[in-house]
Amino acid sequence: MASLTLKGITKRFGNTIALSNIDLSVDDGEFCVLLGPSGCGKSTLLQIISGLTVQDEGSVILDNELVDHLSPRDRDVAMVFQSYALYPHMTVAQNLAFGLRMRGIPKDIIDKNIMDTANLLGIQDLLKRRPKELSGGQRQRVAMGRALVRRPKLFLLDEPLSNLDAMLRISVRLELMRLHKQIQGTILYVTHDQVEAMTLGDKVVVMKAGNIHQIDRPEVIYNRPADTFVASFIGSPAMNIFKGKIVADKKGLMFKGEDFSLNVKNIPSNLKNKPVEIGIRPEDIEISTGAENELKTKIEIVSNVGSEKYIYARIGSATLTARTKKDDNFKSGKDILLSINPSTLHIFYNGKRV
Amino acid sequence: MGKLPNKILFILGVFLAAAFSLAPFLWFVSAAFKDQTQITAIPPEWLPSFSVEAFSSTVTQHGIFHYLWNSVIVAGGATLVTIILGALAGYALARLSRGWAQITLMGILACAMFPQIAIVGPVWRFLKFMGWLNTYQGLILPYVALTLPLAIWILAVFFREMPEELESAALVDGCTRLGSLVRVIIPLSAPGLFTAAILTFIYAWNEFFLALLIMTDPARQTMPVGIALFQGEHTIPWGEIAAASLITTAPLIFMVLLFQRRIVTGLSAGAIKG
Amino acid sequence: MIRKDQHLYLALLLPAIIVLLLFIAAPIINSFFLSFHRIIIGLPQLKTPFVALDNYLQLLKDPIARHSFFITIIFVALTTFFELLIGLFLALLIHHRFPGRGALRACVLIPWAIPTVVSAQMWRYLFNDAYGVINYMIFGANTNSYIPWLALPTTALSSIIVADIWKTSSFAALLILAGLQVIPEELYQAAKVDGAIVWQRFRHITWPLIRPALLIALLFRTIDAFRVFDLAFVMTQGGPADATNVLQLYGYKKMFVEGWMGYGSAVSVCIFIIVLVIAVAYVKMVGRRLLEANV
Repeated sequence: MASLTLKGITKRFGNTIALSNIDLSVDDGEFCVLLGPSGCGKSTLLQIISGLTVQDEGSVILDNELVDHLSPRDRDVAMVFQSYALYPHMTVAQNLAFGLRMRGIPKDIIDKNIMDTANLLGIQDLLKRRPKELSGGQRQRVAMGRALVRRPKLFLLDEPLSNLDAMLRISVRLELMRLHKQIQGTILYVTHDQVEAMTLGDKVVVMKAGNIHQIDRPEVIYNRPADTFVASFIGSPAMNIFKGKIVADKKGLMFKGEDFSLNVKNIPSNLKNKPVEIGIRPEDIEISTGAENELKTKIEIVSNVGSEKYIYARIGSATLTARTKKDDNFKSGKDILLSINPSTLHIFYNGKRV
Repeated sequence: MGKLPNKILFILGVFLAAAFSLAPFLWFVSAAFKDQTQITAIPPEWLPSFSVEAFSSTVTQHGIFHYLWNSVIVAGGATLVTIILGALAGYALARLSRGWAQITLMGILACAMFPQIAIVGPVWRFLKFMGWLNTYQGLILPYVALTLPLAIWILAVFFREMPEELESAALVDGCTRLGSLVRVIIPLSAPGLFTAAILTFIYAWNEFFLALLIMTDPARQTMPVGIALFQGEHTIPWGEIAAASLITTAPLIFMVLLFQRRIVTGLSAGAIKG
Repeated sequence: MIRKDQHLYLALLLPAIIVLLLFIAAPIINSFFLSFHRIIIGLPQLKTPFVALDNYLQLLKDPIARHSFFITIIFVALTTFFELLIGLFLALLIHHRFPGRGALRACVLIPWAIPTVVSAQMWRYLFNDAYGVINYMIFGANTNSYIPWLALPTTALSSIIVADIWKTSSFAALLILAGLQVIPEELYQAAKVDGAIVWQRFRHITWPLIRPALLIALLFRTIDAFRVFDLAFVMTQGGPADATNVLQLYGYKKMFVEGWMGYGSAVSVCIFIIVLVIAVAYVKMVGRRLLEANV
């Protein structure tokens, strides 16, 4: 196992910049998740680390060693692909053995490693089968096995769960966490699914359009999003975000939007009269009267997801999303009072968190 | 195709198509099993007497196996070389950056368009200069040149459709580029290679124009030349010609029956997908 | 992509490119060069003097060449037209799902698969003036009215055209079939729901959608038809009275029978230019489709 450091990685495809000046370090044994919408450059970054693609600028340092000049075979990284990329003409055992064989490892050690890995993943019974005789979940395991069996310095996982159905995805996710605890490997994991990122990552890297927006522990990413992109990308349903400006009132500073005003707290006074955006998580909106920051809204839609309900309420031209308990009974078309605790507000100036 | 009249029309069409394709050929090869009086009979005798005289005469008097052997060497050799060169080039074109691959493929496609007459004079002079007239390599090499474009085209399309992640996996697993080609790509491309091989073989087996020019020595002539120049003493030896034709055509018919699906997809890859 | 890989790709490409350059590109250029010289194969002592456009001027004045051009055009036009027509018919049949479809497809492929020389001998046999089955089917046992198809100028050319149509309609069918196969089945289902009958479905869905494939088949066949040689060589040797002396046969005779390498090269350059014009149109069209497919 090893640590990974990226310094100023830049990659251009023609005129488009796929990655711009990426700095990142992943500690030994850390589970690091690259999260971002498709096309943000996260897969390209993985390709660069593995050596399949060459960066235009910057360097990749693996285990305190510069690996830019090394071909993929010499970098000692393992990769799990979105499509699994199992060799269709080989059995499961041969698939697992391939990477070891290519490195000239003796047959008895290969066999032992295959058995160990197969036991770890519970695929002992599949070793003689070919990929097309396996279910989606089994293929996923074999793909994981092919990476594990090599005991590489670094695991690179490119959306490994996205081809599984929803139920399976949850169980494999749990298994991945268990595996990581067991083998203590350094993992770089690419996904566009925020739930995967939040549950799996020791550290989450939020990317967009070739730039890193925030690197932090999952709870910090959620509780203190660094900018409006992270704020709107993380969380489901998405955070309510409104444009407006900070004005001075007799009681103090206030946010004044197009359709409503809110009291705010803990704001540097130099933001007075500045345009800002505020964010409100749906769960931070309370359905009660008499509290601070009361808004008079009208329920448009109530959406029931079983464990809870979401209310889409209109105030002027704006729509607020609020979370309520599953037993709460609201009817669309009814008026409702929503209140917001000023201390839960996220405030952004120039897109950045204040 | 729900209504009855439509169905009848359709069945009629199927029979018409089958008759159009088969009847002339069946009638011709039936002459191989007839004796001379049956062949020239009017009204025609529909059922042959199944005499094997024509076959034995093509073998003993006209030495048909000799031509057959030349054809096997030339068509087999051309297929082997074309597939090897075509696989390497097709792989390179499938992986090369789009712009260059595009231009190169266009150039290669253009090579397949030209009439043989436009190259045949200089090719003949070149072969004469090399002393390769009436040699196997003298015919195999031009055949390779003429069949390469379609083979490269089929294989480039095939390789391009192969998921790139498979190759990436092989590279990360420790293969070199060439290693991933040999260990992963080639084994998986057996269907594509096979299709290209069948089409190349059929072309080289059937080619006449260049064979006629390059192989002037009867000892080196291929089947099509032998059949075209078939001479009888007084009358045209239709029985023997038909017998020789049947022997030449049999392997092809065999291939068509076994691999028709591959042939169809291969040919359409060359024209439409491209 | 790693630069090292680019070098590997070029190395892999090289053998094929060398063969193509040596046996196709260089000969074509060389043909141009030869066509400006007087070269007689049998008489090397005459050397190979430069004669500028003499060969071409001579070619323009040669009535046999003009006739050859004329009949080749007729051949190309008629065979291409009928091959596409029959090819469309065959493709529609094969495209339809029915028991025995595989067998029909194999049948249709047979004329394409057999050597042209074999089909030439076959048609020579069928067109025979004394006991050919075609004469029998038209005139019965009345041998006096039998037509010597291959010995009369007009019927000889028609016979070769018929032979070519039989031989290559199936190839046209395959090209058109490929076009049919990319039409999604849902379109036909939608049209059925909209109440279109068989003919209307052909007219409004199949026809517009296979037009590109038809166009490609048209150009492919046109280019290929200019190359006709085997049929004429075996069935009529270009006769009677040059009635079937198609361009490639004419060029072959000049070059290798009469030994006029320079003059023959001028003929081949002319054929090359005619085909090139058509090929450029083809490559342009296919090239655009390739670009679209790869976006």
